[in-house]
Formats: sequence, structure tokens, C-alpha cells
Amino acid sequence: MKNLIGIEDFSKEEINELIKVSKDIISNKEKYLEKCKGKILATLFFEPSTRTRLSFESAMLSLGGSVLGFSSADSSSTQKGETLADTIKVVSGYSDIIAMRHPKEGAPIVAANNSSVPIINAGDGGHNHPTQTLLDLLTIYQEKGRLDNYTVGLCGDLKFGRTVHSLIVALSRYENIKFVLISPNELKIPEYLKQDILDKKNIEYIETENLEECINKLDILYMTRVQKERFLNEEEYVRLKDVYILDKQKLEKAKEDLCILHPLPRVNEISTEIDDDPRAAYFRQAEYGKYMRMAIILKLLKENEK
Amino acid sequence: MNIDSIKNGYVIDHISAGQAMKIYEYLKLGELDCQVAIIKNARSTKMGKKDIIKIDKKVDIDFDVLGYIDPNITINVIENDKKVDKFHPELKEELVDIVKCKNPRCITSVERGLKHICILKDKKTAKYRCKYCDSEV
Repeated sequence: MKNLIGIEDFSKEEINELIKVSKDIISNKEKYLEKCKGKILATLFFEPSTRTRLSFESAMLSLGGSVLGFSSADSSSTQKGETLADTIKVVSGYSDIIAMRHPKEGAPIVAANNSSVPIINAGDGGHNHPTQTLLDLLTIYQEKGRLDNYTVGLCGDLKFGRTVHSLIVALSRYENIKFVLISPNELKIPEYLKQDILDKKNIEYIETENLEECINKLDILYMTRVQKERFLNEEEYVRLKDVYILDKQKLEKAKEDLCILHPLPRVNEISTEIDDDPRAAYFRQAEYGKYMRMAIILKLLKENEK
Repeated sequence: MNIDSIKNGYVIDHISAGQAMKIYEYLKLGELDCQVAIIKNARSTKMGKKDIIKIDKKVDIDFDVLGYIDPNITINVIENDKKVDKFHPELKEELVDIVKCKNPRCITSVERGLKHICILKDKKTAKYRCKYCDSEV
């Protein structure tokens, strides 16, 4: 069974193909209106999410399919003590494909091991969020026309920021990508990513705590929110939540063709005063998410028909 | 101190001093019905001090889990009072229910009946990671 658990489940060629299909969907929406007629997507969100869940649901509805599911663990049988394995065994009998968000890391592997239909990881704790990464890649491609030869700044919570982890893995497959990792000391990227990806592939990267010092070197700036739900200690969250705020003043030093991304929702890390700047691509990015998820649903349903 | 030699069984030698009880637990030696001797702080020219475990029966034991604890351990196989084989434990590609993932955010911390599986990521440093959350164990 082909699933999407982590970005490494798709080869570079498959990712390029997904981008191609997404672009075709953007230009020819009518062509796809009935591609999933009679198919059901289950959206199992054990952790609340507005954007990702609605984006998945909108994607399936735009393909002519139907949607069922729940939007928090409180409204699922987990509340009664059911294991994830049992929930998945039951739901895979009611649906053709499952998109799942779960607060625990590695939960999608358990889901995939117990499902008779493909599983899409819609985020597992601070671990992986591959569909976000694929839509990030689509956004970069749409905004800048290629996926190689960039200096990419990743800023904010790089420790628990799953979107950042998956994006590093994905971009490291493309030629001449350099990373500038901007975070407070407490929220640096995990060691395994440095060892397994950056060091192993000899990818150039620097770690810094200062956004202003490096913003002029960046082609892409990926801002992230410091997520309250990832902290076991409230005090530490309060201390770190507003460390980076991207505003007009900081942006003055940036390149004219900088592309600013953010997985959203944002809190204070991007000032609303820059929303109208043409370099701010984050709302377009959210829209591309729907098209990429349409392409992913189509691919996994087709692969598993074989 | 005298510990009788064994006729048929195993001598696990070159255990770092203080690790014998850990190995006793990992290999579930407490469940065996034969004699098991644990020698702690034995003199060693190579190691200074070492632990030794003697198992007085040829039983089916998966010694490769010891590779995770200390790949320098030696396992001597004894048959009819003679050493017939000697080997070091291999590093297993996968450890199942040997070590538990300590990441409180990992699915293994809440899902009932889920096996703790660790995957070998680096043979040189004997580093294992949780199959589910990628945390080093």
C-alpha cells in the first residue's frame, strides 16, 4: 500500500509529477470535477486544525468525492479509550482514503499498519507534515519558477516545527540549496536532522539567533509560529513566543525578490503591515495547499488501484 | 571465590563492570530453570575490572541484543567442558521490545499493545532510533 507518512515516501520524480498535476489543476479545474466521484475521504483529526482539515475537505469535494470524519479527539472514540489501531481498522472500512492528524509522533505508522486504505499524514505532533511540505514546494515553484539554487532561511521554532523538518528533507534533494537556520538556542533543529540530512549530504548551513543579520542573504524566508501546544512548560513558551517578528523595518534589508512563506496560522511572528508586500506569499501558499492535496489524493487513489 | 566451571552452556565474558545485571534483565535469564552465575568486578588485565555471566545450559538465547549494550562482549560456547565457539554480538538492524522510546510525545507512550521498535541508524556509533518518532534511544 502506498501511503504518505513522511516526505521521503515520495521520490524527487514523484514530487515533480505532483507539482505538474497541481499546476494543471490550477489551470483546468473543470477537468478534475468528477475524478473522485463515489470516493470517500475520512478526515481524522485527533488534534484541532482549521486550515489543513478544510483544505483536505475542499480538495476532495472539488474532485467530486465525499468527506466524513471528526475534528477533535473529544468527538472520537479515543475518548472512550479506543486504540488508534482499532479506530483505523474501523474507519478504513468506511472510506477509500484517510487523512489523519494526531498529536503523537509516529501515529501515522501505526495507522498505516492497520489500514486497508491509503493513509495521508496530515501532521503528527512535532514530527512530520509532508502535505504541508509538498504545498510549500508548489508555492516556491509557482512564485519563483524553480526548486534549486536558493539560500533558504528557516526562522522560529525549528525544534518542534514539523513543517521545517520535512521542508529541509525535501529541499535537500535539489541542487545547491543552502540553509540559514534562525532560532533561539532552545528551539534549534534536532540533531538527527543535522546528522542524517545536512551533514550526510554535505549541505551548507549556518545556525544563528539573529534574523536581521542574515535577512539580506535569503531568497526564501520560511517563518514559523512558536507553538504553545508543543511545550510541556508554559513559562518557557511565554519567554520564547515573540522572539522573532518580521516587520517592514526588517524587510527593508531583504532582497527585492525574497519569497516569504509561513505555514499559518500566524500569531505575532509576521506583522500584518507586510501582508500587502508582493514578497508575502503566505496567503497564496494556503490556497496552493488545496491544489496540492487534490494531486496527492489522486495519486494515492490511483497508485492503490494498481 | 570458586565458581564451578560449566559442562554445557555459555560464558558471557568481557562485560563492562557493573553491566551484568542489565544483561541479566535483557536476556531474561531469570526465567531460565538452570544455574546462572553472575560474577561482578572480576580482575581483568585488559579491562581492569569486568563482569562475567555463566549459564549452565545450552538454551536458545538471542545474544545479538547485547550488541546494543556493548559490542565488545564475548560469548563463549561450552560443550562437554570445552570451549567450542567464541563470538561477539552483532548489532541487530531492529530491536523489538528491548528498549523503550523515552519521548513523551511518541505514539508508543500511549498506544496499548504497540511494540517498541528501534532501528539501527549508525553501525559505527551503535546508534538506534525509535521507528515511530525518530528519537535517539
